[in-house]
Amino acid sequence: MLRIRNISKDLGEFAVRDVSCDVEDGAYFVLLGASGVGKTVLLETVAGLVTPDAGRILWDDEDMTHARIQKRGLGLVYQDQALFPHMTVYRNIAYGLRWRRRAAVRDKVRALAADVGVSDLVHRYPATLSGGEAQRVALARALATEPRCLLLDEPISSLDQRARAEVRALLRRLHRQGHTVLHVTHDYEEAVSLATRVGVMENGSIVQVGHPREVFHHPKSEFVAGFVGIRNFFAGHLERMQDGLARFVTAGLVLLVATDAPAGPGNLIVRSEDLVLAPTRTDTSAQNNFLGTVVDLAPARGGVEVTVDVGVELAALVTEPSVARLQLACGLKVWVSFKAAAARYIEA
Amino acid sequence: MSALRPRVQPFSLVFAGLGGAVLLFIVAPLAGMVFHSPVADLAETAGDAEVQASVWLTLWTSMAATAIVAVAAVPFAYLLARKTFPLKRLVTAVVDLPIVIPHSAAGIAILGIVARDTLVGRAAEGMGFQFVGGPAGIIAAMAFVSVPFLINAARDGFAAVPERLEKAALSLGASPTRVFFTVSVPLAWRAIVSGLVLMWARGLSEFGAVVVVAYHPIVTPVLIYERFGAFGLKYARPVSVLFIAVCLVLFVVIRLLARNERHAAH
Repeated sequence: MLRIRNISKDLGEFAVRDVSCDVEDGAYFVLLGASGVGKTVLLETVAGLVTPDAGRILWDDEDMTHARIQKRGLGLVYQDQALFPHMTVYRNIAYGLRWRRRAAVRDKVRALAADVGVSDLVHRYPATLSGGEAQRVALARALATEPRCLLLDEPISSLDQRARAEVRALLRRLHRQGHTVLHVTHDYEEAVSLATRVGVMENGSIVQVGHPREVFHHPKSEFVAGFVGIRNFFAGHLERMQDGLARFVTAGLVLLVATDAPAGPGNLIVRSEDLVLAPTRTDTSAQNNFLGTVVDLAPARGGVEVTVDVGVELAALVTEPSVARLQLACGLKVWVSFKAAAARYIEA
Repeated sequence: MSALRPRVQPFSLVFAGLGGAVLLFIVAPLAGMVFHSPVADLAETAGDAEVQASVWLTLWTSMAATAIVAVAAVPFAYLLARKTFPLKRLVTAVVDLPIVIPHSAAGIAILGIVARDTLVGRAAEGMGFQFVGGPAGIIAAMAFVSVPFLINAARDGFAAVPERLEKAALSLGASPTRVFFTVSVPLAWRAIVSGLVLMWARGLSEFGAVVVVAYHPIVTPVLIYERFGAFGLKYARPVSVLFIAVCLVLFVVIRLLARNERHAAH
């Protein structure tokens, strides 16, 4: 278990203040924070590239705060991959494999390249690779040293949509194979689709840690609360229907979703702005209509956030005049509707 | 048709004219010298044993100066590119000193520490050679005046290597020494070679500092001056043309080799 204890580091532009968190063996820990809150500094500190001003880094009970980088057993992957431009993919992956027999190195590189799906690219130079390919190579290169924990710095953010899905799938597979991961990002979709645990970083400190559901349903920070739709976040299972429509099943509720994604486990997000409240069932184009009870009204940026219990809790952002007109209050029965196209599905 | 052709701006025209004047200023004297050296004179000079000896001496001493100094100067350049330390600006200024001081004065300064009655001079004599009037003195004088070119070029080359690549290499378990030789140096290679060539060129063209420390054995720049002083312009010209030709050929070859190596790596 990677244990980060009260780490502080002030680099002027980027600062980390009193950060503590645990990454348990086999966990996929996503540290979420806006750009420039010190996520990269924290990773570099854990990796040993930056010496902390205060605090300790431990692996179980072994203090490695001042251990040599080589002895830490951590694999760092940067957002821009940082592949060595003067070496082939093969030599990049083999870089961390030293003091081994040539044949052993060759077998290991081949196995790693196959594992991340770059077997055909081993003789190419990094400049000729696409972003997704480069990120796979960077992962293979880090995995070569058989790290106890992978440290990923925004590994998906710089990729295009298609490569994102591919690398995300690869990361999920690596996690399933038993790799422990600490992943920092500003993109909550990465947390939604990958994390078994989420930490939220604000101004250089961790303000909330927990299960993704906990963190997104009960955000303690403006930063997380500010993510559109994060309050209506559901884990469940997708079933295909005809014509680009799918059924998303979660906690006894069935939602209709417009997506081309294949059937399987996943997450659903609906922006609270896209939820419509009505006193009676009205015939509209919206495919998702539920009768529920108002359980909470809370002032929010842009209006009032009305929470309606329809079996699960749905949050709808409604303007104040609408609250008055519909006489919304706790205990009132209302219909909640949203279009299948408004639901955003993210594969898990 | 004429509307599609980019209009030549008077601004560009004036600047091109100024550039042409500068080029002419460089090329004209050299071309004049070449045209005033009959092939027969050049052939005779090329066969002259004294000339041959001086060209070899100049080439090998300048190469030796570059090679010896590079061992220390390249790591030093890396330090200057990567680390911050107290008085770094002062150190940077000191590196540039040999460029700005008169080279005869540099020769006097070198002489001051390698002369026979100094600590260094006596140590050298103990080891069986002497600086003053010997190749070692020539090498020292050449190295002194040319080392800034190598350090500055290599420093800029190292500074252009993304630090992130070095960090990535460290995180893969490589020692700082291994990172230096497998990541930093290969990626700064072009700049380092450029610095080596510059330093070498500066060394073999040195007159002022060398002539103070060692008039004999005679290097080609000194030989040119000697022939000019003793026999006049006509006798100094063929040696000059010959030496320039040898240097040009060598520089072109080295540049091509360095470029091929670079291509091979890509």
